[in-house]
Amino acid sequence: MTATRWAALALLVVVFLSALAANMIAPAPYAKQFRQDLNRPPGQQYPLGTDELGRDRLSRLLYGMRISLLLAPAAALLSTLLAALIGGAGAYLGGVWERGTKVLIDLFLSLPWLFLLLTVRALLPLDIPAVTSVIVTFALLGALGWAASARIVAASVHDLRNSEFVLQARASGCPPLRLLLRHVLPNVKPILIAQFWISVPLFILTEANLGMLGLGVTEPLPSWGNLLRELENYAALTHSPWLWAPLISLVLVMSLFQFILSGEEYTN
Amino acid sequence: MSLKAVGRQLITILLTALIGGLLGATLVRFAPGFGIQESDLDAQLSSQARQALHQQDASERNVLSYYVHYLAQLAHGDFGYSRSLNRPVLELLRDRAPDTLYSLAVGVGGGWLLGLALALPATWKRSPLYSTTASLITGIFLCIPSAVLALLFLVVGSPGRLAIALIVFPKVFRFARNLLIKTYAMPHVLTAKARGLSGVRILSWHVLPNIAAPMLALAGVTVSLALGAAIPVEVVCDYPGLGQLAWRSALARDVPVLVNLTLIIALVTVTANSFSDLLTPKATRDVL
Repeated sequence: MTATRWAALALLVVVFLSALAANMIAPAPYAKQFRQDLNRPPGQQYPLGTDELGRDRLSRLLYGMRISLLLAPAAALLSTLLAALIGGAGAYLGGVWERGTKVLIDLFLSLPWLFLLLTVRALLPLDIPAVTSVIVTFALLGALGWAASARIVAASVHDLRNSEFVLQARASGCPPLRLLLRHVLPNVKPILIAQFWISVPLFILTEANLGMLGLGVTEPLPSWGNLLRELENYAALTHSPWLWAPLISLVLVMSLFQFILSGEEYTN
Repeated sequence: MSLKAVGRQLITILLTALIGGLLGATLVRFAPGFGIQESDLDAQLSSQARQALHQQDASERNVLSYYVHYLAQLAHGDFGYSRSLNRPVLELLRDRAPDTLYSLAVGVGGGWLLGLALALPATWKRSPLYSTTASLITGIFLCIPSAVLALLFLVVGSPGRLAIALIVFPKVFRFARNLLIKTYAMPHVLTAKARGLSGVRILSWHVLPNIAAPMLALAGVTVSLALGAAIPVEVVCDYPGLGQLAWRSALARDVPVLVNLTLIIALVTVTANSFSDLLTPKATRDVL
């Protein structure tokens, strides 16, 4: 990694830590309403102003970032595990299993991810408690976002299964489980790690899209998605530039991910 | 491309679309709240009318029989009836498809134009400043949710569907730039340069034929990408297209509309991908 990439990583870690410590550094709880201070512009008491319900915007942004930055990796972990399990197992077993896996992956990839996600999310109850909505949103991201990674994992396991060193190990009587654990898995591990890191920003962005459409994390819990909904009031955007803060922070974090991952992408 | 390969692709397209439709029907059937109707609260409806609606609902309870019945009707050109919008599904699809097709044309066409227009100078100039700036611009668009992009277009008074082009173009730019750099470094292109051939001739005779097949493989991917982006764009910008219809029917749990849409979307994306697959070498498909 180059020095600038290390710097980007350090900055991302700082953002991550400040989101993690939201309850310590945020000026107020995310749901606390200051009813005497509705729609206040930024000032000493409220660095990013207050929203129409009198809640401190900076606190909501920090808590929202915490939710997205903590749960997107959890969803990415779930999707990577599913990709390894479905794509890897199918390709390793070969024959009918491999063909079946391919059809399943193609089926999931044939439907645009957002369409599938919107349909499934809309079919689940919409009037669920806020905490449940967070779990449902990110669990769905993880459960439905495995197909693209599975395709890559399946292709690499297929190549490994037919590689010379695996054939040699098989010819010398290596049992299938040992073959999988000692020869295939260690070689797939870098791909799985790369897929995990690629999925994290993708899931943050998708949650933001879902939130914008009202199907993400529900109020009063903040997330990047529902914070971005304030942009819909575009008459206020010209005279209230602080409304852009959630978008700017999202673009900043996503750019950091992009910058760090661009090296990873080329390496893989 | 053999006849056997074409036949295999056609079967794959058909099977994937059929399974996709069944998946849509199953999801809707097992969703919580299925069968609960707003009409139960409508005091203007008679008990007979309510009973008729419930009977219609009961016929949709068994997913498999509903789907088989639906496919049989589909074979006769009957796409079913949307209860939430109170119109035949075919009529809804016919009304809304042109808007989405227009969005897709603008999105895919604009994305390709923009992507290639940025990638070609990046290859010719090989200037670090140009390359960094172009990468930065594409990177920024990869960081913004499509719904926000559409909203930003509305803020500046431009058509929101242009946002789809900005979602598609980073993918085209990155792929085309890498491909062009590799092609321009190939021995036959270097020889052509050394022999003093003009830039236009090198591009049209030696580079474009080389990159045509891999770029075609990307076409399928960009159609699918644009289709996905069209949904939030149509919802945010209130365009009466298929994306908005999908959104509304998902919220209203309108089974016939959702099953038809899943089938159509699966059919479009699988056809686009299969078409590019047929014309592309396998080695290229794996890197997409």
